Amino acid sequence: MDTRVDRDRAALKYLPAMPHQARFKRPRLTSILLWLAPLIFLLLFYFYPLGSILGMSFARAQGSILAPFIEALSSASIRGVLWFTFWQALLSTLLTLAIGLPGAYLLARYEFRGKSIIKALTGIAFVLPTLVVAAAFNALLGPQGLVNSALMSTFGLQQPPIHFTNTLTAILIAHMFYNTTIVLRLVGDFWSRLDPRLGQAAAVLGANKWSTLRRITLPLLLPAIASAALLVFIFTFTSFGVILVLGGPQFATLETEIYYQTVSLFNLPLAAVLALIQLVCTLALTIIYTRLVSGLSRPLSLRPTHITQRKISTWRGRFLAGIVILVLMGLIVAPLFALGFRSISNFERTESSTARQGYGAPVWRGFTLENYRQLNINRRGSLFYASPATTIAVSLGYAGATVVLAILLGLPAAWVLSRRRSSFLNRSLDPLLMLPLGTSAVTLGLGFIVALDKPPLDLRASPLLVPLAHTLVAFPFVVRSLTPALRSISPRLREAAAVMGANPRTVFRHVDLPLVARALLVAAAFAFTISLGEFGATALIARPEYPTIPLAIYRLITRPGMQNYGQALALSTILMLVAGLGMLAIERFRIADIGEF
Amino acid sequence: MNGLSITNVHKRFGEIDALIGVSFEVAPGEIVAPLGPSGCGKSTLLAIIAGLDSSDQGDVQWDGVSLAGIPAHRRDFGLMFQDLVLFPHKNVSENISFGLQMQHVQKEDADKRIAEVLELVGLPGFEERDVNTLSGGEAQRVALARSLAPRPRLLMLDEPLGSLDRSLRERLVFDLRDILRQSEQTALYVTHDQEEAFTLADRVVLMNTGRIEQIDTPQDLYRRPASVFVARFLGLNNLLDGTLQTHDGNMEVITQVGRFLIPPHEIDLPRLKDDKYLDSDEDDQRPVTLLLRPDAVSLKADGSFQLYGTVQETTFRGSTCRAVILVNGLPLRFDFPAAVSVPGAGEAVTLGFEAHQALQLFFVDSASSSAQDR
Repeated sequence: MDTRVDRDRAALKYLPAMPHQARFKRPRLTSILLWLAPLIFLLLFYFYPLGSILGMSFARAQGSILAPFIEALSSASIRGVLWFTFWQALLSTLLTLAIGLPGAYLLARYEFRGKSIIKALTGIAFVLPTLVVAAAFNALLGPQGLVNSALMSTFGLQQPPIHFTNTLTAILIAHMFYNTTIVLRLVGDFWSRLDPRLGQAAAVLGANKWSTLRRITLPLLLPAIASAALLVFIFTFTSFGVILVLGGPQFATLETEIYYQTVSLFNLPLAAVLALIQLVCTLALTIIYTRLVSGLSRPLSLRPTHITQRKISTWRGRFLAGIVILVLMGLIVAPLFALGFRSISNFERTESSTARQGYGAPVWRGFTLENYRQLNINRRGSLFYASPATTIAVSLGYAGATVVLAILLGLPAAWVLSRRRSSFLNRSLDPLLMLPLGTSAVTLGLGFIVALDKPPLDLRASPLLVPLAHTLVAFPFVVRSLTPALRSISPRLREAAAVMGANPRTVFRHVDLPLVARALLVAAAFAFTISLGEFGATALIARPEYPTIPLAIYRLITRPGMQNYGQALALSTILMLVAGLGMLAIERFRIADIGEF
Repeated sequence: MNGLSITNVHKRFGEIDALIGVSFEVAPGEIVAPLGPSGCGKSTLLAIIAGLDSSDQGDVQWDGVSLAGIPAHRRDFGLMFQDLVLFPHKNVSENISFGLQMQHVQKEDADKRIAEVLELVGLPGFEERDVNTLSGGEAQRVALARSLAPRPRLLMLDEPLGSLDRSLRERLVFDLRDILRQSEQTALYVTHDQEEAFTLADRVVLMNTGRIEQIDTPQDLYRRPASVFVARFLGLNNLLDGTLQTHDGNMEVITQVGRFLIPPHEIDLPRLKDDKYLDSDEDDQRPVTLLLRPDAVSLKADGSFQLYGTVQETTFRGSTCRAVILVNGLPLRFDFPAAVSVPGAGEAVTLGFEAHQALQLFFVDSASSSAQDR
C-alpha cells in the first residue's frame, strides 16, 4: 500500500518552489474589481512610461529597429560603460558571496548571543539610503573621515594617507555593505532549515566535512545561493548612489550614464536606449535565473531551527566565529558609527605652515551639535536652495503620500492574492506586480520624464509625481509583506474563535484586526523607509526647489567646504536613524520572512 | 570481545540525563533492538555509536578497540534515519553509490554492487529513478540499500519504519528481517514498537529514561519482565500493589483483590537491589507489586487459584477477546482466545489460574534496579 498518502504528506513539507497544480478557475468578478486599481496604476505609471522609453528609442531608428542600439554600442565609451557595469557587478557579487556565505553558515547552524543583533544590524544596512551609505563610508575612510584624520594627526601627515573615495575599492566595499544581508538572509534562512541529518547521512556513509559540503550541502543550497547572487547582481548592476558619490566622475555604470545623459546633456533618446539595454539585461538575467532555479531546486523537508542549530563548543569554532562576526561588524557597524560620531564631532584643522594646499591634520575638539543647528539656516538665499529643514518636511510629506498610495493599491492586490492562490488571474498577475522590483530606479524616473509631460497626463508640476514613483518602487514590498499575513487568516481560525463563543465583531477585533494591523504596519514601514531613501528616480524627477533628504545630502556632499560636509553628515545621520527605526519596526512586526522576496 | 561493546555510557543535555550508565554488547551477525518509549535515549545512543555525538563518559568499542576520537565518516558504520534523508538532488543509483564513492570503489564494481543491493531490497532496475517520486515503501528500501551498499561493519536503523502506515510496516518488517539475516548484517535496530523489536531482534535492550531496564531475548523479556516498567511497557497491565509476607517458606501476598498463598518455589522471587535473592525461609514483610498475566487465566474454576468478578466490558480484537473484569472493585484486563465465549457485561465469572504461569512478583524498591544482563 505504498500509495499517495505518504507522498502527499511529504509534499506538504516541500518547498513552495514546487509548481502548483495547474487548475484553471474562472476569475470571479470581485477579483477582477480588486485587481482593477493596482492594474490601472501599473499600466499608467509603469508600462506606459516604459513604453514611452521604448518608443523614444525606436523613434531614432532609421531602417532597422536595431539601429539605435547598434549606434549606441558602436560608441567606445558606451561599450566601456556597459563593460564596467557588468564586471563591477560581477566582482561585487562574488565578494558579497565570499563574505556572506561564511556568515550565513554561522547564523544558520549555530546559536549564540547577539545573533539577533547581527541580523538586525545587517538588515538596517539593507534599507539605508544609498546616499547615507556613501556618506557613512566617506565619514569613515574619506579624505576628511575618521581614519584619515586619526592617521594624519597621529603621524603628523599633511595629506590623507588612505585614498578611498573615488576608487573601485570604495564601490565594491559599499556594495558588500549593502548586499551582504541578502546572502545572510536568503542563504542563511534556507541553510538554517536544511536537515542536518543530510550531512550526517553523508558522514556515516564515509564522507568527511569537505566532501559533505561539496557533494551534499552546496548542491542543495545552490538555488538559494543563486537567488541571492542574482539579487545582488541586479542591485549592483543598477546601483546608482554608490557609484555617483563614492565612485566619482571616472566611474560610470549604465545607471549613472542614463542619469548623466538625461540631466546634464539632455540627450533623452540616448538615455532611453541605454535604459532599454539595461532593462533587457536584467530581464534576461531573471529569465535565465528562473530557468536555472526551477531545474536546481529539490523538494526538501525543511526542519525547524531549534533542531538544526547548536552552540559553538570548541575554541577553534569560537575563534573562527569571532573572525566572521568581526568582519561583518567591521563592514557594517564601523561606517555607521563613523557617520554618527563624525556628525556630532567638532573637527578643526590645525594651521600648518608647511601645508601647501592649506590642508592640515584635523583635530578632534569634542562633541557639538553645530552641524544640526546649521540645518535650519539658509545661508545662501538662493532660489533653488531649500534649507535642510525644508527638505526634511518635503521628504516626510512624500513618504506619507507614498505610504497612503502604496497601501491603497497594495491592499486589494494582496487581498485577492491571499484568497485564491491558484486562480488563473492571480497566477498570471502575480509576477507582473514584481516587475518594478527588477527595473532600475533611474529608468523609472526617466520613464516618468519621457511619458508624463504631456496632456492628458502632464504631471511635471504635480506634487504627486515623486510619491507616484516611490509607490512604484515600494509596491512589490508592500504586496509581499501583506499577502502572507492575509493568507494566515484562515477561515479555520475564524471558525475556531466562533466555536469558542465569539460573535463576528469579536472575531474581527481579536483575530483579523491584530493580524492585518501588524502586516499593515510592516507594509507602511517598508513604503515609508523606501520613500525616504529613494534617490535614483527622485534625482531625475524631483523639482529643484523641493529636494528630498537624499537629494539635499547629494548636493551638500558634492559641494566643497567643511560646513557643507558637516550638514551632509547631520542629514545622513537623521536619515539613518529614521530608516533604522523603520527597519526595526519591520523586524518587530513582520509575520513572514524576507525570504518571500 | 568481537563486535560492538558499549561500556557505561553517560550523556547529559543541559539538565536532562539522556543516558545513564548504558552498557551492552552486540556480537557479529547479531541483531539487537534498543526498545523504549520516545525520549528514553535510544536515538542519542545511536548518535554516540555512529560518532555524530560524543558521550560525556564511557566507551564505545569495536572488536575491542575504542572508537573515541574517530569521526563518523571513518567508523565504517551505517545509519538509516527515521525519515530516511535520501539526498534529494541525486537519483537512486547516485544515492546508493555515494558511500561506495567515499570508499573509492571502481565504477564497474560500484555498479555491480548497486544492482546487487537493489536486488536484495526487491527493487531491481530502480537505478535511474528520481528519489523524489518514490513511494514511502520504495524510499524505505532505497535508504536500506544505500546503508547496506558499503558493507558497514554495523548497521544502525533508527525507527526506519516509523513514518509508514501500519499494514506497510508489518510487511516491511519481515522483509527487513530477511534482508538483514541474508546478508548476515550486524545490526542495531532502534524502535518504540514492541512488535517490530520482537520480530527482528535476537535480543532486545529495553530502555527507560536513559537507563537500561532489561536485556533479553524477546521470549525471555515477555516471559519474565525484570521490572514493573518492563511489564507495563509490554502491555502487562494487571499490576497489583500489595505486601509480601513469608512464613516457613510459604509466601503470602496480600492485595486489594485478595490474598494469594503461594507454596515454596512455585514462582521465582525477584532480585533485590544488591543483586541477592530474598531468602524465602526468613520471616519477612515487604511491599511488592504483583503481576497477574492477562493471557494465563481461564474462565473455568480449574487451577490452584480462583478469583471472582463481574464482566465490565468486552472488546473483540480478532484473534483474542479482551475483557475488563471487575474483581473486588478493581478493573483487571484479560485476553482470552477468540474461541472462548466470554459472558456479556454484568455477568459474574470465575477466573482460574496457576501461580507459576500467571503470577510474578516485583519488589517495590527494586522497580528499576535489575538492569544487568542475566
